[in-house]
Amino acid sequence: MENVEMKIRKFLSRFFRKHELQGNEDIFSLGFVNSLFAMQLVMFLEKEFGITVDTKDLDLENFRTLNAIVSFIDKKKVEV
Amino acid sequence: MKIELTEDQLKMQAEFREFVDNDIIPFAAESDREERMHPKVLEKIIEKGYIGSMLPVEYGGMGMDMVTLGILNEEVGRGCSSARSLLTVHGMVALAILRWGTKEQKQYWLPKMAKGEIIGAFGLTEPNVGSDAKSVEASAVEEDDFYIINGHKKWTTMGQIADVFLIFARCNDKPTAFLVEKDRAGFSTTPMKGLMGARASMIAELHLDTCRIPKENLVGKVGAGLSHVALACLDYGRYTVAWGCVGLGQACLEASIKYSRKRKQFGTPLRENQLIQQLITKMLVNVKAARLLCYNAGYLKEIGDPDTIMETWVAKYFASKMVNEVASEAVQIHGGNGCHSDYPVERYYRDARINEIIEGTTQMHEVLIAMNAFRTI
Repeated sequence: MENVEMKIRKFLSRFFRKHELQGNEDIFSLGFVNSLFAMQLVMFLEKEFGITVDTKDLDLENFRTLNAIVSFIDKKKVEV
Repeated sequence: MKIELTEDQLKMQAEFREFVDNDIIPFAAESDREERMHPKVLEKIIEKGYIGSMLPVEYGGMGMDMVTLGILNEEVGRGCSSARSLLTVHGMVALAILRWGTKEQKQYWLPKMAKGEIIGAFGLTEPNVGSDAKSVEASAVEEDDFYIINGHKKWTTMGQIADVFLIFARCNDKPTAFLVEKDRAGFSTTPMKGLMGARASMIAELHLDTCRIPKENLVGKVGAGLSHVALACLDYGRYTVAWGCVGLGQACLEASIKYSRKRKQFGTPLRENQLIQQLITKMLVNVKAARLLCYNAGYLKEIGDPDTIMETWVAKYFASKMVNEVASEAVQIHGGNGCHSDYPVERYYRDARINEIIEGTTQMHEVLIAMNAFRTI
């Protein structure tokens, strides 16, 4: 669990530089990411955790915060 | 670190080169002149299976790795930029279906697209909307089991011959992707003529006038049209355009070397002139540098590394600028002959220019690459 969060945090930190991202902060409203971020995030999650992000998963609520992404990965890992 | 092609990749490269020399180059000048893809070129690309180069074997495609796919686009780009653009746009649509399509969409469309029975085209750009893609004006409204699409698309590559179009329209005010078949009522195309370069790209305007499509033609989710569908398509588009520029640059280089060997001025071949040598050196090094950036982007794609997205922007930016310099130098070496259609560099020069505009202008690349640098360095 912690491991998943650490990995995601590390990936996100590349976009947020000095900002210490809180677990429940809205990633998309902080002004750090551009239009390519959603695609980069999906690629990262698929490669890092061996999951497939399906069309049904394309709900912003799955990716809005660090906590949401961690829960999403946990849910997907159970599906696998 | 190891930068070298595998034995299989080298074998494929030789096969592509032979194919382009025999089946694409002989038709390139005519296709350019007549502003239409020679039917034999399309026929041969289909016959060889290259039309399905980007699709997995399970759907009847060739299942090429990303680097081999790059080399194919380089070689085709060396012969004919318009033929390369066919692989680009057809692939963009096929890959959108592969990535975000439903099981039914994949099973229906992909085997046909892999065999070239169906050609795909990408309908994002509009008369009023280019770089600012999120502002597309086309609209889609849900009505019972249908979407009703209204809109006008422009500059659609292969729009004259495509059978299915990936159309981007606002649905509930959010960018959304739909598949529209060419025979749907309310859908029509108008061929466009007069392009400066890549003249055989068969571009068209698309008109959607209360065009009713079944709900099953939605690709991905409402609202995911740009962020996931179009941007993934454009990543592949940018990757293959970058490779096409490397191929076109290589064609300029090879033509210039050949010409400099036989053309004599002041009693000696041009090749002995040091200013010509300087031009050849600049061309060669630039082509090689662009190729390495493309290999890098391709390798990252192959291993699924998200960095491939920015590296593809970098490769396309450099390669498209590079090919304009290289094509200009090729014309310079050819002198008066380079300004006439008797020599292919005249076409290369016009074709090169298109690459700094399609799949993101040079200026959009400069904004995006710099912003990414400020964010991450």
